[in-house]
Amino acid sequence: MTRDDIARLAAERPDFAAIAAWIPKGASVLDLGCGDGSLLRYLNETSAAKGYGVEINDLDIVSCIVNGVNVIQNDLDSGLSDFEDNAFDFVILSQTLQATRHTEALIREMLRVGHEGIVSFPNFGYWKNRLRVLLGNMPVSRELPYQWYDTPNVHLCTLHDFEMFCDRYRVAILERRVMTGEREVSLLPNLLGSTAVYRFQRGI
Amino acid sequence: MNVSNSIGIVSAKRAQFDTPLVFRSGAVLPRYELVYETYGKLNADKSNAILICHALSGHHHVAGHYAGEPGNLGWWDNMVGPGKPINTDKFFVIGLNNLGGCNGSTGPSSIDPETGQPYGANFPVITVEDWVASQARLADLLGIRRFAAVVGGSLGGMQALQWSLALPERVRHVLAIATAPHLTAQNIAFNDVARSAILGDPDFHGGDFYRHNVVPTRGLRLARMLGHITYLSDDVMADKFGRELRDGKFNYSYGIEFEIESYLRYQGDKFAAYFDANTYLLMTKALDYFDPAHEFGGDLNKAFAAARADFLVISFTTDWRFSPQRAREIVRPLLHNRRNVSYAEIASTHGHDSFLMEHPHYFDVVRAYLDNVAKESAK
Repeated sequence: MTRDDIARLAAERPDFAAIAAWIPKGASVLDLGCGDGSLLRYLNETSAAKGYGVEINDLDIVSCIVNGVNVIQNDLDSGLSDFEDNAFDFVILSQTLQATRHTEALIREMLRVGHEGIVSFPNFGYWKNRLRVLLGNMPVSRELPYQWYDTPNVHLCTLHDFEMFCDRYRVAILERRVMTGEREVSLLPNLLGSTAVYRFQRGI
Repeated sequence: MNVSNSIGIVSAKRAQFDTPLVFRSGAVLPRYELVYETYGKLNADKSNAILICHALSGHHHVAGHYAGEPGNLGWWDNMVGPGKPINTDKFFVIGLNNLGGCNGSTGPSSIDPETGQPYGANFPVITVEDWVASQARLADLLGIRRFAAVVGGSLGGMQALQWSLALPERVRHVLAIATAPHLTAQNIAFNDVARSAILGDPDFHGGDFYRHNVVPTRGLRLARMLGHITYLSDDVMADKFGRELRDGKFNYSYGIEFEIESYLRYQGDKFAAYFDANTYLLMTKALDYFDPAHEFGGDLNKAFAAARADFLVISFTTDWRFSPQRAREIVRPLLHNRRNVSYAEIASTHGHDSFLMEHPHYFDVVRAYLDNVAKESAK
């Protein structure tokens, strides 16, 4: 991966840099819904992280192999039974949470397999999304590029929703980054942030 | 079939080994021959060699055709050739007939120089481990210290896995296709029925049928028919044959009525006409015995701790003889041991036979993987 590739990925996927900042050198990672393996390559380049991706889509499997990324073809909604307890330092769910069917079970599986979990997702509470709904339509944007009838996103949520979820299911949030584009958002994040990234572990 | 980019005319070679081979069983074969073919060019540092391990009824004729026999294409000609997924423009590819086979390598139907008679029942029961040991000697002969990849489907996949366990420093990548880390009871049961058919044929003569100038055709045919049922999926059988009747009506007899009966008998007859019954027995026993976890108290994680290769594991959704579930049993110990591994589950309707069929996505996966291997061995 060239320096240009990294810069391009960082621009296209602002959550990548946020995630990379949390991954110490040489960490082991499992990337769920890894697509073409871009994040794993990015993390390998930036943090010398090693690991595996899980993906269901056939074309993405070929892309991962082309990209030299280890990929295991599997449906996330059928669980992570191929992976052992505490096998990874981090289990990452990048822009995939909202497309999973059994979200609660998957988060539980993430924290069985990994010491820490990381998720990034589009904030449905972002003001532009709210405005679209207020004006009478489902939001369509860079973060939510689908029409209501062809979207894979079955579990969209806001920052508040996710945090309530963590509270309810004993998931301890360690850190949160909220951004709009590449810009960090600290003021009224549930209203002004378009993307959220969380790092968490098993709660007590 | 598209033969335009076939490797073209090939010829078989023969290698003689005069150092005794000690089998897992303790039996010793003082000398043996292996027949093999090679495609493509071995590079200067001999780092671009790929070994193809064959399945139950396979052999050394993997790709291309012999002079004057354009119809006699190798059994994996769709996969192996110039510009094909196993690209002979980049790799030096070796196909061989396994020891115990009946296509030219020393096997039960070969003449035992000690007695001047075919080995027959005296040919030792062979294991996947023994095959790998015999293949390694062929690699030595060709000056190949380490294979860029060892590739195999089904029983061939077991050999590829065994390479990574027995000779970890001698294989860089393993492509294990439509295979499993051991057979299930159901799979052994199928093999036992197949063997029973052969062993119970009065023409078998305890394995020494050669000297009676007969062939246990009925047993071999039954064995193959049974095997064939298990290589196809229920769907593909329904699709290809359904309940079609040859005469369009019931004849209320025990003759061939349904198309599937006609097909199976044809396949059985064809096979029984060329395949050796003793080889069939040996192959099925090798399948049954393969179990790398056996000497590690059943712990496959420990068995795979020896592996140093990177792995590509492939299964097919409708393969019920070596199901995706079984392929995952290979993936898990590789994950446990932190090997580089990718796993693809190919949606295919053709059951176990899928691994021999041209399938765009399956071929893309193999091509993508081996293209990277080629870059690595070109470095």
